[in-house]
Amino acid sequence: MKPAVLTGEHFLNGDIACAEGAIAAGCRFFGAYPITPATEVAEQMSERLPDVGGTFIQMEDEIAAMTSILGAAWTGVKTMTATSGPGFSLMMETVGLAVVTETPCVVVNIQRAGPSTGLPTMGAQADMMQARWGSHGDYEIIAIAPSSPQEMFDLTIEAFNLSETYRVPVFIMSDEIVGHMSEKVVIPPAKTIKTVRRRKPTGRKKDYLPYHPDKNGVPPMPAIGDGFNIHVTGLTHDERGYPVMSVETQHDMITRLLGKIRSNRKDIVRTRGYLLEDAEIIIVSYGVSSRTSYTAVDEARRMGIKAGLLRLVTVWPFPDEQIQQLAEKAKGFITVEINMGQISREVMRCVGGNAPCHLVGHPGGTIIPPDEVIKLMKEAF
Amino acid sequence: MAAKKQPAHPLEDLIRVDRIPHIWCPGCGVGSVFASCLAAIKDTGIDYRKFTMVSGIGCSGRGAGYVKLDSFHTTHGRAIPFATGIKMAKPDLNVIVFSGDGDLFAIGGNHFIHAARRNMDLTVICINNLIYGMTGGQVAATTPNQAKTATTPYGNPETPFNLPLLAYASGATYVARWTMIHVRDLIHSFVEAINHRGFAFIEVLSPCPINYGRRNKESAMQILHSFQDKTIIQNGADPAALDMDLTKSVTLGKFIHVEKPTQDECYAKVCMGEE
Repeated sequence: MKPAVLTGEHFLNGDIACAEGAIAAGCRFFGAYPITPATEVAEQMSERLPDVGGTFIQMEDEIAAMTSILGAAWTGVKTMTATSGPGFSLMMETVGLAVVTETPCVVVNIQRAGPSTGLPTMGAQADMMQARWGSHGDYEIIAIAPSSPQEMFDLTIEAFNLSETYRVPVFIMSDEIVGHMSEKVVIPPAKTIKTVRRRKPTGRKKDYLPYHPDKNGVPPMPAIGDGFNIHVTGLTHDERGYPVMSVETQHDMITRLLGKIRSNRKDIVRTRGYLLEDAEIIIVSYGVSSRTSYTAVDEARRMGIKAGLLRLVTVWPFPDEQIQQLAEKAKGFITVEINMGQISREVMRCVGGNAPCHLVGHPGGTIIPPDEVIKLMKEAF
Repeated sequence: MAAKKQPAHPLEDLIRVDRIPHIWCPGCGVGSVFASCLAAIKDTGIDYRKFTMVSGIGCSGRGAGYVKLDSFHTTHGRAIPFATGIKMAKPDLNVIVFSGDGDLFAIGGNHFIHAARRNMDLTVICINNLIYGMTGGQVAATTPNQAKTATTPYGNPETPFNLPLLAYASGATYVARWTMIHVRDLIHSFVEAINHRGFAFIEVLSPCPINYGRRNKESAMQILHSFQDKTIIQNGADPAALDMDLTKSVTLGKFIHVEKPTQDECYAKVCMGEE
């Protein structure tokens, strides 16, 4: 039996590091369905969860995998599933159920090139808009984009902490390249890892309102068997959790669900700047493409071009303010991502015509070489 | 001496009285099955906090919304995987899935057979009204051949499932069929199913006079009469011989009741090394 936190230096691929991050974060239920290139996450969880008294179950499809983690989450445990494009598509309806019932859970997408079966063994970053808008209706989620096996460990813990804090599904939007690359991963001592657990309700059980929010807009969450007799529904509901088919209830519920993420953006949004202070050309990137972008910035600087990088660690909610500020003085923006233009449109929206915006994209299957970014920089600016 | 306060309903402690009136139509059978289920929960004597109810979508799927337990109204067809997550994460809970034929056997059919195969320790109650009631009476996987529905205006060209046979073939360890008028048998069966360790499936025939009866010229009372006149009770009957024809004969009873290790027991033993 191994401990929950495997403190020490390891050589791990991103998928395995993600699983270890989950275990270290306190994840104790994993609903699986095999899909390349995310299978290693499930395989690692199947081996490790019994070590720590957790439950692994391979379900009959991705819909069931996603649904099982919601059921399990209501018993009070932290839960996760991992998939790739086709499975991510199947999970989308249930993502909406997680949002509207405010069920914390972490969903890992090791992105591969699509659409449809696409390139199962080759990476892409083309599910970014699906992560934001893939389920029907109006909602907000959180999405994180790790760029290395070390970050697959660290940011998986962050994903659980955000999910538990805000009672919202959190997506780890990784890709085949990060998932399958092996690098050094340092796992710190257990006592230095900060983990968050959802707040439970206190006080009177009579007249208890399960969806009455606290100050941060998030209601405390009881578990099955705590004696609160909660009713949880995917229908539009009031603070009692009861379905109410009215315009007013819809308005109140959606306003709070959006508000709890939007009004806490300062706490949620994580970006990293590289040589931004005097940068004239701003590269915006995330995940594996930020590695391309770091190299491109260094290369550009050697050539005397004042380039800098804004790396999105969280992609959703989108860091509007940071980009708006940069747009006040930048000469231009380049978004680097392995798709044909998704996050680049968000950048363009935030820049709002204050500077030219370009995309270095790719239809998927490979990492973007830094040369292409340099080439565009020279041509466009 | 002060008069003892009368309860609003004998099952008041299990009903969300503040949610009444319910949505079920006059002549619908879901309420009777729901009441039988609550009576069975009470009869087991088990602490209510050890119960949870999960429903899918549809008329029967509203059951979870009226029970005063921790209860979940999930997405269409997904009550069983939701319940599976609950059960595997907290095996000491009694998890009841209360839903309809459309939800459990068309959109949710895959989940049903796999939960049965695993002998997942769930009590699955299927109210079979032969139709998609809530959406206005479209053909279901249980609609009799030739029956008229909103999407089979010329009659149903398809063949319905034999649900007890499907459950048995998939691995269910408790299988029964009743109608909503067989209240005593139903309560007894629900109690047995809750106490049974393993996948328990009970099909309950129930009228949908508004959306099935109306199109097939059967009134609510006529359907109830057929439940009385056209049914025979034959415990232990061969599941392969349970095709239904309400114009001739429908076999009711408890067909399967066997002991087999459950999924949560097997996980504890095989994966966690527990004895």
